[in-house]
This record gives sequence, C-alpha cells and structure tokens, in this order.
Amino acid sequence: MPMTSSRTAKLTLPTDEQILITREFDAPKHLVYKAMTTPELVRRWWHAKRGEVTVVEIDLRVGGKWRYVMVADNGMEVGFHGEYREIVPDERLVTSETYEGLPEGVSEEQGTTINTATFAEEEGRTTLSLLIQAPSKEARDAIIASGMEDGLQDALDLLEELAVSLG
Amino acid sequence: MARAATTADAFNAVAEPRRRQLLDALAGGERPVNDLVRAVGLAQPQVSKHLRVLREVGAVTVRGRGRQRLYRLNGAALKPIHDWVQAYERTWSERFDELDVVLEDLKREEEGHADDE
Repeated sequence: MPMTSSRTAKLTLPTDEQILITREFDAPKHLVYKAMTTPELVRRWWHAKRGEVTVVEIDLRVGGKWRYVMVADNGMEVGFHGEYREIVPDERLVTSETYEGLPEGVSEEQGTTINTATFAEEEGRTTLSLLIQAPSKEARDAIIASGMEDGLQDALDLLEELAVSLG
Repeated sequence: MARAATTADAFNAVAEPRRRQLLDALAGGERPVNDLVRAVGLAQPQVSKHLRVLREVGAVTVRGRGRQRLYRLNGAALKPIHDWVQAYERTWSERFDELDVVLEDLKREEEGHADDE
C-alpha cells in the first residue's frame, strides 16, 4: 500500500473499548493545541478532504459545549457534539463526543465516547495521542466500522482473535 | 481504496455468524471436521458447506490425514479485513495532513511576530 506521507497516524486498539491514535507534528505543542481548539483553525483541517466543515462551535471551559458539523462531498451531513471535561492548556484535553446520526435504538450513552488528547513536545516536535474510550466493545467496533459497508462490522469481531495469525 | 472483487468475497465469508464461529474454533489451531461439528453445533453437511465457502476465499486450508480432513486457519487471507480497519485510521491521517498545513501557517505567523519585536 503506498504511503502518501511519512507522518501517518498510527491506530492501535489498547483494550476492547479503546482506540488510540498517535501522530507526530513538526510544530510545538502550543500550536497543535491552538489548531485543535480555535474554531476557524478546526474548520481548516477537520474535513479530512471529504467535504466542508459548516459548523465549529467551541466553548473552551470545563463543562462548555462543542459541536462540529461537516457536509461530505456526497451531500451527507455528519455532526458531532460534546462537552469539555478537563482542560490543561497545551497539555491535555478531555472531551465527551456524541455522534449525531446514531441508528434507531442506540442510546445516547452507547453513542458517546470520552476522548483524551495529550500533547507531548520534544525538540520542537509534538506527539499527539488521542485516546478514544467507547462505552462497549460493540460501540468501539461500530466507530471503527463507520464508513464501512453494512454487515462488514461483524467481521471486526474477528480481528482480535486473528491478529496473531495476520502476516 | 477501491474494494477488489476478491476481497469482497472474504468479507462475505466472515460476515456469516456460523462461519465466524468456525474461524474462532480454528483460531486455536488445526482441527478435524468432527471437532468443528461439535464446536458449532450444526449438522456435518452444513458445517462442510460453510467450510467450503471459507476455503474458497482462502480463509482456511485443508489437508487429509488418514481418513480425517484437518482444517487450519489462514490469517493472511483475512488481511483485507484488517486493512478496512485502516479506513478509520485514514480519516484521521487525512485530517492530520490538513492540520500540518495549518501548523505551518501558525509557525510562520509566530516567526513573523518575533521579527516585529
């Protein structure tokens, strides 16, 4: 598989309910923090080239709400919102995150993750770790499977058992 | 990444709960059909049918030993599914690639301010 960038995000699954994403940036941590907490900056990167970010609301204080909405190139609107739980400027940011397009019958609780971003700087470079804590393995797998075709997410249950035998 | 027809077959093969059960049973190592029949609680013809589907996509291999047929898991064939997990990873990779651009701008801005002082 061709790699477009040497600085790829690494994804691991530390426990059944977690997703950990890490990525190194060629910038000091106060700038990475700023880019992740300033609405007009978030608007510029959160789209992942898949559409246009139409809403970025950030009330950066403990208990304050945030909300991001994107209209994807296929016309689909996806929204997420949550609350700031813990704020240590330039160091650590803990938020709740709820997907706004939950399928019927999925409770708000099942659709909410707790995300912890930590910023570690070394020689002007920053490693961002984003730990996503889901309420259950099912919820975690559903998040990973988001964007995948129906039915495929069942297959994810297998992954852990099979990881050992994967070349 | 476009999904090739061959990998779609692997997805279908493991999307079926009974076949996942069979793969789970094989995760511990090579087993004869009789064992697998006991493990999933289906009649032998049905088990054989599922095993045939898994064999067709290469998820399991089979060899004969005397009168027994021994099945073994072939993880490499299921790698396409593993690659699909990376679709989620890619979303973040692409976000962060955009974030790199923002950060370059912020760094330039800061340097600009430093020059002013």
